[in-house]
Amino acid sequence: MALTLEQVRHVATLARLALTPEEEQRMATQLSAVLDAVEQLQSLDVGAVEPTSHATLADSLLREDVTRPSLSPEQVLANAPAKVGTSFAVPKIIE
Amino acid sequence: MQLTDLSMLELAEKLAAGQVSSVEATRACLERIQRVDSTIRAFLRVDEKGALAAAEASDARRRAGTPASALDGVPVGLKDLFLTEGVETTAGSRVLEGFVPPMDATVVRLLREAGLPLLGKLNLDEFAMGSSNESSAYFPTHNPWDVTRTPGGSSGGSAAAVAAREVYGALGTDTGGSIRQPAAFTNTVGLKPTYGRVSRYGVIAYASSLDQPGPMTRTVADAAALLQVLARHDPLDSTSAPVKTPDYSAELEGGVRGLKLGVPREYFAEGMDPEVEAAVRGALREYERLGATLVDVSLPHTRYALATYYLIAPAEASSNLARYDGVRYGLRAKDAKGLKELYALTRERGFGAEAKRRIMLGTYALSAGYYDAYYLRAQKVRTLIREDFTRAFQQVDALVAPISPVAPFKLGEKVNDPLSMYLTDVYTLPCNLAGVPGLSVPCGFTKAGLPVGLQVLGRAFDEALLLRIARAFEREHDFFRRLAPV
Repeated sequence: MALTLEQVRHVATLARLALTPEEEQRMATQLSAVLDAVEQLQSLDVGAVEPTSHATLADSLLREDVTRPSLSPEQVLANAPAKVGTSFAVPKIIE
Repeated sequence: MQLTDLSMLELAEKLAAGQVSSVEATRACLERIQRVDSTIRAFLRVDEKGALAAAEASDARRRAGTPASALDGVPVGLKDLFLTEGVETTAGSRVLEGFVPPMDATVVRLLREAGLPLLGKLNLDEFAMGSSNESSAYFPTHNPWDVTRTPGGSSGGSAAAVAAREVYGALGTDTGGSIRQPAAFTNTVGLKPTYGRVSRYGVIAYASSLDQPGPMTRTVADAAALLQVLARHDPLDSTSAPVKTPDYSAELEGGVRGLKLGVPREYFAEGMDPEVEAAVRGALREYERLGATLVDVSLPHTRYALATYYLIAPAEASSNLARYDGVRYGLRAKDAKGLKELYALTRERGFGAEAKRRIMLGTYALSAGYYDAYYLRAQKVRTLIREDFTRAFQQVDALVAPISPVAPFKLGEKVNDPLSMYLTDVYTLPCNLAGVPGLSVPCGFTKAGLPVGLQVLGRAFDEALLLRIARAFEREHDFFRRLAPV
């Protein structure tokens, strides 16, 4: 299946990637080749097959709902590229 | 023999007997790293201070007669995908450059508690996406057996460091073969445990339903000993299995007499390197000689595993990698105007080509209109692949097969052709999709002196049997004793 440049740009927007024009071109070629290769799955009849999302556990195991020590706000913010007080700073998005 | 040529257990024996100290062993590793790592490039960063402090503490425990574990004092390395408190962790990516975790991954904590000095962080394909170590944002790692070749990936730094005797053992992660393939490429032992056997808490996620950490060592007995430290239920990981940990070393010498070993016919497909096939076939004959029965089995959906994996893994990756947005940690595009541009520019600059390819592929497979045709269908085929294994294990005790259709390839040979690179994973991926354990043990060399590995696959949580099967071969052939020429 050949991906158009327009489709590549749409997927890049969904993925929050600002691809360069060269990358868009390369991505169209390479992803088309991979999608061609995965096309073989269409030949299987999977109508009655249940999907597997996890290999060995049917359900997630949950811990007891009790309060435990956690990271401090200082530790959480220590790697932030920008912060204001005890908050992560981001560019202004409202006028 | 150099101190660094010892296996983990040989060193542990000397430590216990007081013939050598952990500080001496750790210094020997640091000197070895100093001498060979400019050629091998396995390390992203060495934590000399931390390793020596841990070694001193270990020696103090040995002197007091209170070792923390059988491996107390044995220095090891970590793939740079494991969070290490206070030590930069990048996942081989620019997007995480400068990230210093505030905590340890559970397995890192377990290693510390068992007294193993941690020598540093080892190179990998960016976010564990790759089969050659060339997608690391920093530099490619070289194979100690032939430095013009790749050590495999994505745990290539771990494999190369073990093979080059810079560390006694290491941790890797295996999402589609990332422990077993580099182990095969470097004449080392690599074990991907059953999904859920070893905690993934604090391991940077690539594809959450497939990723599994495991040991990479020079001998099967070392793999058993290291797994003993790592395998336990972790309440911090909801996918960690609440199952009992057996004594992996206890049954190691049990041999293979009377075992039924399945040979999956789909794992010997056309296009396989004849020298690789010859080495693997030789190992199979050896098992027969040792008293196992070889049984021809079929895993009919193997041919669909590659396509299934390359839809499911990128889909999960596209979701997991959404967290790298320039807000909480790592790189930030400082010139961005507005939040959307901050995300897009940060990710554009932070991710390398392979990560972007997989994010794009995964986003596409999950997007409206394509979800049913790609992602959901792949999940259903995953069920068929799992059922293949279930049926096979009704007939046999374990499966024996090749790891990779090819020997270690040249650096640069496949890097611009993603499909050709993906094809090298064709025999390792089904194991991850099914969640069963898999092991790679050295089984020979090509005429050019390149290592070949044998894969042993087993039932869920049957790692002890895999180790026993691998050990039976290792006892007869000392391929594992050959040292890489570095």
